[in-house]
Amino acid sequence: MAKMTGAKALIKSLQQEKVDVMFGISGGALLPIHNVLCDSEIRHILARHEQGAAHMADGYARASGKAGVCMATSGPGATNIVTGLANAYLDSSPVIALTGQVPTHSANTSYMIGRDAFQEADIIGITTPITKYNVQVKHASEVPTAVKSAFYIATTGRPGPTLIDLPKNTQTVKAEMDFSDNLKIRGYKPNTDPHPLQIKKAVKLLMKAERPMILAGGGVNLSGASEELLQIAELLMMPVATTFMGKSCFPETHPLSMGNIGMHGTMLANKMILEADVLLAVGTRFQDRSTGTLNGFCPDAKIIHIDIDAAEIGKNVEVDVPIVGDAKPTLNLIYQRLVNKIKKSKDNLWIKQVQEAKEKYLSELDLGSGDLTSPKLLKELRRLLPDQAIVATEVGQNQMWAALHFQTIKPRTFISSGGLGTMGFGFPAAIGAKVACPKCPVVDIAGDGSFRMTEQELGTSVTEDIPVIVIVLNNSMLGMVAQWQRLFYEKRYAAVKLGSVPDFPKLAQAYGAEGVRVGSLSEFSVAMKNALKTEVTTVIDVPISPDDDVFPMVPPGKGLKDTVGGL
Amino acid sequence: MEQKHVHIISTIVEHKPGVLYTVSNLFRRRGFNIDNISVGPTEELGLARMTIMVTGDNRTIEQVIKQLNKLIDVLKVTRLDPENIVTRELALIKVHATSTKARSDIINYADIFRARVVDVCTESLMMEITGTSDKIDAFVTLMKPFGIKEVARTGITSLSRGPKSVKIDD
Repeated sequence: MAKMTGAKALIKSLQQEKVDVMFGISGGALLPIHNVLCDSEIRHILARHEQGAAHMADGYARASGKAGVCMATSGPGATNIVTGLANAYLDSSPVIALTGQVPTHSANTSYMIGRDAFQEADIIGITTPITKYNVQVKHASEVPTAVKSAFYIATTGRPGPTLIDLPKNTQTVKAEMDFSDNLKIRGYKPNTDPHPLQIKKAVKLLMKAERPMILAGGGVNLSGASEELLQIAELLMMPVATTFMGKSCFPETHPLSMGNIGMHGTMLANKMILEADVLLAVGTRFQDRSTGTLNGFCPDAKIIHIDIDAAEIGKNVEVDVPIVGDAKPTLNLIYQRLVNKIKKSKDNLWIKQVQEAKEKYLSELDLGSGDLTSPKLLKELRRLLPDQAIVATEVGQNQMWAALHFQTIKPRTFISSGGLGTMGFGFPAAIGAKVACPKCPVVDIAGDGSFRMTEQELGTSVTEDIPVIVIVLNNSMLGMVAQWQRLFYEKRYAAVKLGSVPDFPKLAQAYGAEGVRVGSLSEFSVAMKNALKTEVTTVIDVPISPDDDVFPMVPPGKGLKDTVGGL
Repeated sequence: MEQKHVHIISTIVEHKPGVLYTVSNLFRRRGFNIDNISVGPTEELGLARMTIMVTGDNRTIEQVIKQLNKLIDVLKVTRLDPENIVTRELALIKVHATSTKARSDIINYADIFRARVVDVCTESLMMEITGTSDKIDAFVTLMKPFGIKEVARTGITSLSRGPKSVKIDD
């Protein structure tokens, strides 16, 4: 046992968890921690807003598969990370938040928390519904256990954000610290091994299937189960559709790839999934944006549902074979059983039908009229980027165009706010991803509306030397909202026109970044090639028409069968 | 639509600040309504039992249980079989009683219901009664004509019958 301050114990505990970088903003209630942190090997990246710090930690986590750590001071610092935590919670991302808090005790009051002290916010109460676990340290000696618990809970089972609230006096008081690996959390025992009987049932169903299909969700990315998924898909010649969060878990250049399903899924995926007689759904919660109205979703399919979170099974969709387990070992077990029984599936009627549908889909794919449309730009972007490049997106039209037209190849190379739909997520997430993978090019596909929400992180990327490329698809509008107003509200454009300020290239230059505006696809190519070569963040401003819509689309309140190519 | 029924969920939780908030907040956020809840320490130091009564169809209750199981501070969730449990509630009932006639009537009723008089003054009597919620409802109805001044009910608590007990793994 060693005696030290809570702040020292925190840094030591973080190092035990192999943390080498964190994102945050300092403040009064964090002074003792920063005083220790600055002497440690841990790199602290100073964000410009705590929301940015939380998204950076999230982007870091998604790109690396490790926990991402962010830190904010008490009160407004802590409340500013709330959006980041809600975002990480809905996308099951292991973000660990450390917040300063006013002291539990002070010299002139017996108890300070709960007295509405300066910069006091009840961050535990506020974040309870949006964290997997949160804890307020009441005494310095609890710091090592709090850190161990927060990391263990965030990164195991279904990942999710956790928060440790650190009252200032627990940072300064010296206590005996226990840094041993022993961790006993009686109420948390994530189950990762599937039940063998359920595996047997799934295999039986798959063997009998005439029109099998895979629906792969974010759980496949989180579990690192891409290889296992590919093996099963190829063995059974099963077409693979992904949910939005599942994008990048299966190579979209593969003949069996159908692309995403959903409100802005591909025509191909939305159509074919309805034909399936057996659906192998892995790591998905059948969210409304993926399924459309549930009435008529996969009407003929028996559904096998693999998820590590038992609460997801039967929550939205009734399933035939529920399997609670981690995607990777579960898919592997299914594959092992299948491979013993069948050699390799021959071409059959179903796969022919799928291939024909895919050919037709590709030949009819509408990339818009004009030289420089968002879909055409995204195709060109794919051509210019190496396979392992990471693409983050903002939220709205830019995001849906990216999902439809930017083909992902490697797992964990597509980072986007799927569940919460947080505008402003992409840019700081891209910064976090770049920190995790400094050798990969990292691109944020942005809309002008989203980019405005966290553009101040240009300061972080320049001063901390974290170069990313931001492509602003600029229609001077909140484009997706405008699209809905165009289609469903008689073109009454209310509260969507942002105007043409700021001048994004100039804004970038003001921060010491590169900024360039392009007016054609060839100019874009040149700008991208330059951006990939420079060692500073580049903002590429791409004016696009404010009248462009994202299609295909499932109109609100409709099912996948109602997917339309245009209205 | 599947029929809604009353279900009793018994949970063992860490006995520490914030747990009641975490549990009740889960119900609020997911749109489940708590009919009735009671909390108290268990035989093991540091643990508390929460007995929660919920109305809903089977699917809702399954979701409630799964979501409760996800909470870190919740160690065990059991759905009690209504056919095979002992359920009790305690109530304190203060009744207006000034006349001798009223007093003797009230005490007679109390005897029949095995309620006990726990406080007496010139204007009122206070009774303590335990039993199922139905029994307490019936007794309260019976007391109404005398003039009820105050009622305090604990909410139900339950255990399953037989030798088995809920085991918490270490």
